[in-house]
Amino acid sequence: MTPVKECAAPDFPTAALPLLHDIQLRSNVRHATDVIQGKRFRVVSEMPDWQSLRETGQRTREHTLQYLDSYLEQFEERCTAAGGHVHWARDAAEANRIVVQMAQNAMGRAIKIKSMTTEEIGLNRALEAAGIQPIETDLAELIIQLGHDKPSHIVVPALHKNRQQIRELFAYAMGQPHLGDRPEDLTEAARLYLRQQFMHTPVAISGANFLIAETGGVCIVESEGNGRMCLTLPRTLITIAGIDKVIPNFRDLEVLLQLLPRSATGERMNPYNSLWTGVHPGDGPQEFHVVLLDNRRTEILRDPEARETLHCIRCGACQNACPVYRQTGGHAYSSVYAGPIGAILTPQLALMKEGQSLPYASSLCGACYEVCPVKINIPEVLIHLRGRVVNARPKYLRALDLEAIAMRGMQWVFLSKMRLQLAQRLGRVAQIPWIRRSGWIERLPGMLGGWTRTRDLRPLPPQSFREWFQKRSPLPTEVPHE
Amino acid sequence: MSEIQSARAEILSRIRSTIDASRAGAAETWQAIPRNYRQRSTLTSSEKLALLEDRLQDYGAGVHHAESSQLASVIARILHQRNKKRILVPRDIPPTWLPVGFTFVPDENAAYEAIDACDGVLTGCLLAIASTGTLALCHEPGQGRRALTLIPDYHLCIVEGSAVVETVPEAIHLLESRKQHPITLISGPSATADIEMTRIQGVHGPRVLDVVFIS
Ligand code: SF4
Repeated sequence: MTPVKECAAPDFPTAALPLLHDIQLRSNVRHATDVIQGKRFRVVSEMPDWQSLRETGQRTREHTLQYLDSYLEQFEERCTAAGGHVHWARDAAEANRIVVQMAQNAMGRAIKIKSMTTEEIGLNRALEAAGIQPIETDLAELIIQLGHDKPSHIVVPALHKNRQQIRELFAYAMGQPHLGDRPEDLTEAARLYLRQQFMHTPVAISGANFLIAETGGVCIVESEGNGRMCLTLPRTLITIAGIDKVIPNFRDLEVLLQLLPRSATGERMNPYNSLWTGVHPGDGPQEFHVVLLDNRRTEILRDPEARETLHCIRCGACQNACPVYRQTGGHAYSSVYAGPIGAILTPQLALMKEGQSLPYASSLCGACYEVCPVKINIPEVLIHLRGRVVNARPKYLRALDLEAIAMRGMQWVFLSKMRLQLAQRLGRVAQIPWIRRSGWIERLPGMLGGWTRTRDLRPLPPQSFREWFQKRSPLPTEVPHE
Repeated sequence: MSEIQSARAEILSRIRSTIDASRAGAAETWQAIPRNYRQRSTLTSSEKLALLEDRLQDYGAGVHHAESSQLASVIARILHQRNKKRILVPRDIPPTWLPVGFTFVPDENAAYEAIDACDGVLTGCLLAIASTGTLALCHEPGQGRRALTLIPDYHLCIVEGSAVVETVPEAIHLLESRKQHPITLISGPSATADIEMTRIQGVHGPRVLDVVFIS
């Protein structure tokens, strides 16, 4: 496995290259995405009203952003009235500071529920720096943490690892040299390893799937029960959620709790959904904090053509469906958010300063749009962001850009039949030295080499369709034109 | 605190700078969102039960039936088969449910270790959703606090036949009056598919779930 660098993220093609040569990784990713897609397809097909649910889901998310300020204030008011404490954080550093401060009396450790938001802000590093050991309790996150690895999928973060690789990690980290490698053995090992932590750690940190403005409640969707453990057993619970996680009313769950599980894991319902509102006397944590995180989400809100990025409910369906993600896996995106959603979210969260190659990491096939439960038109946002990347370059550079010049040249060729035919004939001759004995072109020179770096190419055929059409033997009887 | 105050003010003002000042009220706009999905069941009550049974079995839960007068003896049979003897119960569980020959431990704010030391837990639930195989607990009398149905390795849950709905919207509608409660929706035993997408039943929550329908 190629280690993923913390900072100075390489661009997508560079990061993808070593991953494409990692056959084990590719087969793990292919297998996992195939399985989830198959399950998703089955449980979505049995829903006659799926498209109506998507429609309402999309409209609900759109509506929420139009009233985001008032829903956040409402959430704060209701949550506080129910005994919770609400904090606001402009950026990652501020959020980390708040959490670290509240976790000070944590006796040196805190249990965590899987949360992409805490990955986004690098919370674990901040906790460690403050002498607090974060303990990941989701099986996949535990695999990532023990392997000093990075998540590669938002729902199944360790899908790039197979059972033997996981066995090695667990056997070493848990000191169990005789551990088996059946998924049952590995799951049991995690259960035993974490049970004491659940019962004796005073502080838990979670993300959130939904914040309900109407009630001030929080909803967490999970499978293993580690989430329930964390949000029920400790004395103190700290939840970190992006401001985009708010939903208007309790009733909106009737749509979202149908869309999310079927899209995310291909289940009719995930094993556990938990809802709580502030503090419940005699039941669960008696101290509860919510940190509402901006971290540039308000920047995304500012761009009318990209703001639907914030509709995302993090189901991961677009990743499983994406032909690019399915080849490279998540690490090529050098971000906690991979796949199509990562390609639009990451560069915007980085103010388009990093991740500029990501909007190009797509064939624009539209598979992501089709599966998205809240109908985010990802291809359209990708094109819009490509435009922003180009427009951010100084004008003189744009004029000199080789790709832009080549595209203008192509346009000129394609505009005339004569020029196109001439180009085809030239191409047929020019390609001869590059055709291998296999009949494929495996390497092209210069800029064109970018294409063949990770793909083989079919040569231009000896005859174009137009040529074939002209030379074909005439039909037995000519039908006169009307 | 003042830093947090200013963060709040700044985030809200950044949001407001993107917002259409002439927008209508939030409540009426929300009301106008179209809802053309299914919101009502078309099934008879026996069809609903059959669907729920199918879904629960799909998750690997055990499904049993009982006449309400026979409930205690059915519970006895199940516990016996599962070899469970010390069973935790919420304090306000109906005493008629409890068969003799087992130790039922009423929850008196038991410590987590004490809960963990029991063989399992027996509770009721508020309702069940047939189409998704889901049990809804809102942790009111008879359902126990949340730790009760979480720490033990075995959960036996009683579902009134009349408390079964078909669709998720019907369930959310019924939960409206309890939306301030803690709510736990349980769909089968805890599970994971994190290792090679192989579904493994039983991680941290109860590894075995039995459900009894009473008619
Ligand atoms: S963009 Fe859509 S499909 Fe992708 S993770 Fe978000 S909600 Fe799911």
